[in-house]
Amino acid sequence: MARVIVVTSGKGGVGKTTTSAAIAMGLAKKGHKTAVIDFDVGLRNLDLIMGCERRVVYDFINVINGEASINQALIRDKNCNLLYVLPASQTRDKDALTQEGVGKVLDELSQDFKYIVCDSPAGIERGANLALYFADDAFVVTNPEISSVRDSDRMLGLLSSKSRRAERNEEPIKEYLLLTRYDPDRVHSGEMLGLEDVQDILSLHLLGIIPESKSVLTSSNAGIPVILDEKSEAGQAYADVVARYLGEERPHRFIDGKKGFFRKLFGGKS
Amino acid sequence: MSLLDYFRASKPRTASIAKERLQILVAHDRSHHNQPSYLPQLQKELLEVVRRYVNVDQDAISVNFEQDENQETLELNIVLPDYQQTDKNLPG
Repeated sequence: MARVIVVTSGKGGVGKTTTSAAIAMGLAKKGHKTAVIDFDVGLRNLDLIMGCERRVVYDFINVINGEASINQALIRDKNCNLLYVLPASQTRDKDALTQEGVGKVLDELSQDFKYIVCDSPAGIERGANLALYFADDAFVVTNPEISSVRDSDRMLGLLSSKSRRAERNEEPIKEYLLLTRYDPDRVHSGEMLGLEDVQDILSLHLLGIIPESKSVLTSSNAGIPVILDEKSEAGQAYADVVARYLGEERPHRFIDGKKGFFRKLFGGKS
Repeated sequence: MSLLDYFRASKPRTASIAKERLQILVAHDRSHHNQPSYLPQLQKELLEVVRRYVNVDQDAISVNFEQDENQETLELNIVLPDYQQTDKNLPG
């Protein structure tokens, strides 16, 4: 049986797809056969971040409608042969996504995969609801910013009430916090909510802090999950996240600004 | 922070403002989402019953639901008009 992870946030633009691509790659690199599914029907982006947009033939909706088999739709990643991408449909109506259909696809994938990462769309509409409905674990992606924290809190309410686990009175979804686009220097100078501030409100198990990093954009430009940029802080932070999720102990990094004297003086950015 | 910042007057620490606003907002959101879903319907029906006897306005009834660790409280507040025109609507 696979473990189903939903990457969710409520708010858009906080780094869900970046995170989905990074952790799916991280899990696969650790030797676990992993599928990552784009639930954003009509606005698919995961294929771009994964760099497989030109290899999309069939999509999630085709599989749900029985127009293609799951194996026809899955795209094997070019960097890691244990990682597969199931793209969203770019043209179909969102209503094509049904609970029964999603459940069937996840069941089928569960036979063969160790982890299934569901990249949720923003908002609390059907796509987002279905992405979280079957989840075992939730990665709540949050920016240290007022509207993102509020929306994350709202998502936590939905995770605990609108999931299959909640409906069946099973053990609740495990909720983890990923604090992304974090700038330790701005936190230090009181311009940005810090880890403690966010945790005072959300009180979640922290999987990791992803510092604001130029490599997130350059990686997406190239269609390579940022976790493969091992020199970048964001890449290292995601590698830590995957390791912690798999049970390794790793001290948290990037919480405090620790810039050298000269970079402080001249305001260098990493 | 760059060299120039050291000579600037200290900026207001907006993060603490954000946190304060968030705490209020989230507390409000949570209490709102934890309310039973029958509340609006209850309010509507109560208003209908009260209106059979007293001529009150739409906003004369407020129904509040509060929850703490030990108990849930349903608070019902009806503001009656200053002088009552009771006779014509009362049965009997």
